[in-house]
Amino acid sequence: MMEQQLVVKVGMADLNVAAGGLLKTTGLGSCVGLTLFDPVRGIGGMAHVMLPSSDIAREAQINVAKYADTAIPELLARMSDAGARLERLVAKMAGGAQMFALTGGSDSLRIGPRNVESCTAVLERYRIPILARDTGGNYGRTIELNCLSGSLLIRSVQLGVKEI
Amino acid sequence: MAQFEKFRAFELDVLKEVGNIGAGNAATALSKLLDKPVDMAVPKVSLLPFEEVAERVGGSEQIVIAAFLRVEGDAPGNMFFIIEEHSARSMLEQLLSMKLQADAPYSELELSALCEIGNILAGSYLSSLADFTRLQLQPSVPAVAMDMAGAILSYGLMQYGEMGDSALLIETKFLEDHKSLEGHFFLIPDPDSFDKIFKALGVDTE
Repeated sequence: MMEQQLVVKVGMADLNVAAGGLLKTTGLGSCVGLTLFDPVRGIGGMAHVMLPSSDIAREAQINVAKYADTAIPELLARMSDAGARLERLVAKMAGGAQMFALTGGSDSLRIGPRNVESCTAVLERYRIPILARDTGGNYGRTIELNCLSGSLLIRSVQLGVKEI
Repeated sequence: MAQFEKFRAFELDVLKEVGNIGAGNAATALSKLLDKPVDMAVPKVSLLPFEEVAERVGGSEQIVIAAFLRVEGDAPGNMFFIIEEHSARSMLEQLLSMKLQADAPYSELELSALCEIGNILAGSYLSSLADFTRLQLQPSVPAVAMDMAGAILSYGLMQYGEMGDSALLIETKFLEDHKSLEGHFFLIPDPDSFDKIFKALGVDTE
């Protein structure tokens, strides 16, 4: 019998929580795919973070999933609602690439590394250990979090598939 | 984003004309470069949710070749010239007059040729746009990448990120005869650049 695995898609500047099954987000460039996992309950969470800080937001109604500093607290709240215990959570992250190396680039072109720095700082504030990361470089990534095992599958065009 | 939702049909037509003039010149340049006729579709101007931008070139995970450059000057923005892999190969074969190996990765020479094509096309797009609007617009040196469309295009949407979840882009599609070559031009002006473009063209935005 074919095993059907439920795949929950996380869009750009979006987040989601799943119990069992897979969480997936595609085409991460300078964005960071941040995942949280409760190994005891088998509950996973994923955010596709686009920008490091909501301080620069000019939108009337903030999309909390878009910024590192607002996405992580929201993800924690949603996971807690789903039954995860916050003190058990572990994090993994991927992405934060610098897709193009332009000469004399302004700071906005360093957005990938800044996203990674900001996610790391927010996780430290909540004392959530980062078990593994695959960040930086100059290539795009698609990631899948297995919400039973907590393993994170990373696909890229040049390097194929790897698991962290 | 509200400021873009209230754009009138007339203003969208002006932006389409911007795409028409810029891409029309770029298509002519491409046609000269390849010594073949190149057709151009009517430009599309759309306010697209981030999630849907990559759908325009085959989806977030579609592998594409992109030349990216930053437009600097009076009306800054981002510009992409995007082609699918098989199009890039056939374009290189025509340009370099040699047969490329099907599965081999691109050599330094081939990537630099693609970058130069991007440079020429973007240069002709921008210079005609600058003539038309009398705005100062300078392209940065382009960078080229082969990767997932989602990863590449999201790079050009950052300036919109702080204002909302969609971006306004001016898209033009190129076709060489028999579809042996298909390419897309995206001009994504920074959110603050629209007023300057409209003002330069004498459009009353009040």
